Amino acid sequence: MSESVRDFNEYKSNLAYDVKNLNLWYGKDQALKDISLQIEKNQVTAIIGPSGCGKSTFIKTLNRMIENIPIVKTQGEILYNNKDIFDKSIKVEELRTKVGMVFQKPNPFPKSIYENVVYGPKIHGIKDKSMLMEIAETSLKGAALWEEVKDRLNDNAYGLSGGQQQRLCIARAMAVQPEIILMDEPTSALDPIATYKIEELIDQLKKNYTIVIVTHSMQQAARISDKTAFLLMGELIEFDKTEKIFSNPRDKRTEDYVTGRFG
Amino acid sequence: MNYESQFIKENKSESKYEYVSTYKIEIDQKRTTRRIKLSNASRYIFSLSLVFALSVLVILLYRIGVDSIGWLNFNFLTGRLSIFPEKAGIFSVIMGSVFLTLIVIPVTLILGVSTAIYLEEYASSGKIRRIINTNISNLASVPSVIFGLLGLTVFSRMLNLGSSILAGGLTLSLLVLPIIVVSSQEAIKAVPGFLKEASLAMGATKWTTIRKVVLPVAIPGILTGSILSISRAIGETAPLVVLGIPTLIMTTPTNIFDDFTALPIQIYYWTLDTVLTPEYANLAAATIVVLLVVLFIMNSAAIIIRNKFQKKF
Ligand SMILES: Nc1ncnc2c1ncn2[C@@H]1O[C@H](COP(=O)(O)OP(=O)(O)OP(=O)(O)O)[C@@H](O)[C@H]1O
Ligand SMILES: [Mg+2]
Repeated sequence: MSESVRDFNEYKSNLAYDVKNLNLWYGKDQALKDISLQIEKNQVTAIIGPSGCGKSTFIKTLNRMIENIPIVKTQGEILYNNKDIFDKSIKVEELRTKVGMVFQKPNPFPKSIYENVVYGPKIHGIKDKSMLMEIAETSLKGAALWEEVKDRLNDNAYGLSGGQQQRLCIARAMAVQPEIILMDEPTSALDPIATYKIEELIDQLKKNYTIVIVTHSMQQAARISDKTAFLLMGELIEFDKTEKIFSNPRDKRTEDYVTGRFG
Repeated sequence: MNYESQFIKENKSESKYEYVSTYKIEIDQKRTTRRIKLSNASRYIFSLSLVFALSVLVILLYRIGVDSIGWLNFNFLTGRLSIFPEKAGIFSVIMGSVFLTLIVIPVTLILGVSTAIYLEEYASSGKIRRIINTNISNLASVPSVIFGLLGLTVFSRMLNLGSSILAGGLTLSLLVLPIIVVSSQEAIKAVPGFLKEASLAMGATKWTTIRKVVLPVAIPGILTGSILSISRAIGETAPLVVLGIPTLIMTTPTNIFDDFTALPIQIYYWTLDTVLTPEYANLAAATIVVLLVVLFIMNSAAIIIRNKFQKKF
């Protein structure tokens, strides 16, 4: 085997997602246009772009949550571990177990903190109490929330602050041991300190998870991501190493956006 | 923290836009005073209407109370029906109503909630669903006699159930089903989409999401609607009259295929005959008290159940 082939194979096996010519329509309106990009394992990939450019649409396509909107039509391929997620043999429930999601607004269930974290494991059939407790503890520690809530696991999750709720949602996503965590503007409803905590957390999670994060804040993308994709009106304008995007972008439009000249 | 200074910079850059309005809103003092007066007056108008409704209720309860004094006793509650007023008891009548309730509650809850789940969660949102929805809402306002006729045709005649408890219970179930469907639909609709999204995104199936997230949140609302409409069924007379419930029944029903009579029906028959036997008015009044107490107990029980659920979630 030649060196380049081996490199190529290694690169392939290091890919979490390989998106190929993805098009998406809401009814007649095209929201994503011919998007191709590769997301590497154990990296943080940021998606930036002005409001309405299709960031949420794109990230929701990665776990097929977008299909909950009946008028959506997609075209193209999204290879996840080298398998097309749109393939008939793929069960969407399995995909979403491997690909967790954290939403813009913290959305814990109106249940106790504990019940929130073990929701996923429970629906996947884990009944053993001590095992569930262990999962809860591990996940809450992983989401840097354990110390703050360990004495009130049975309290309602709505009694937590917004930032704590968001970390609870991250813990809830982690509890089913996903490979990937998708985050759609996870800090946009939070104050700077809570944001800082989540960013620190993302930096830690990188070791074990692949993270795709949509963000409105250029600073956030620059701080936490390895690679950045810039979307504009449904098109992928530029996708590169984050430093490159922010210091020396290829496209004029990217430069205008990251320097704050529009958007 | 380096990070915070960046944040402040980010926020400052946004204040470069200045807002200049081209109009000015003048406050009309007189108009404001007038509106405050109107607002205060409306409070009295609304409380007056409450007083009116309450006084009607009090007068009604007073009359019934007075009429039933001396008649509402142990023998009346445990005895058998009789054409002689002083001997008459309504044990079989109470049992008739209890049996009816035992049919109406499970039938309407199971059918009603399932229908609501189907319409809200599974049916594709299109023209057909809109038509079905409109029809169900319309059914909710169809007079109860019509449901009596439907029950007579379908249950009594076609299914040969005669004037049995089952026929009566199913007829009353039909009567309240539309209301339960509509109110359950509203309760399910009110469950925030982001909760369903959270569950689906964890790899839960649709049915798991409905069972673990949608229903627990919707149940207090579903119960509120159901309590009200089942109470209505217990107090209904017209559909049962149409079914041809016998006027005088000596035996206490023991199963759902027995003939029966129920509280509202007995009140109706006794009231009809007060011209010949004036004491029947007292019997009717005493039965009304029993019916009210039964409804009161049912509602309280349901409210307790509902509050239990509400606390849990
Ligand atoms: N449910 C929907 N039905 C129809 N069009 C939609 C729907 N959701 C989004 N769109 C359209 O798709 C385009 C992309 O929307 P999307 O929500 O992905 O933008 P976004 O980049 O996430 O914006 P923001 O930064 O404001 O969250 C927009 O033009 C939007 O109007
Ligand atoms: Mg968005």
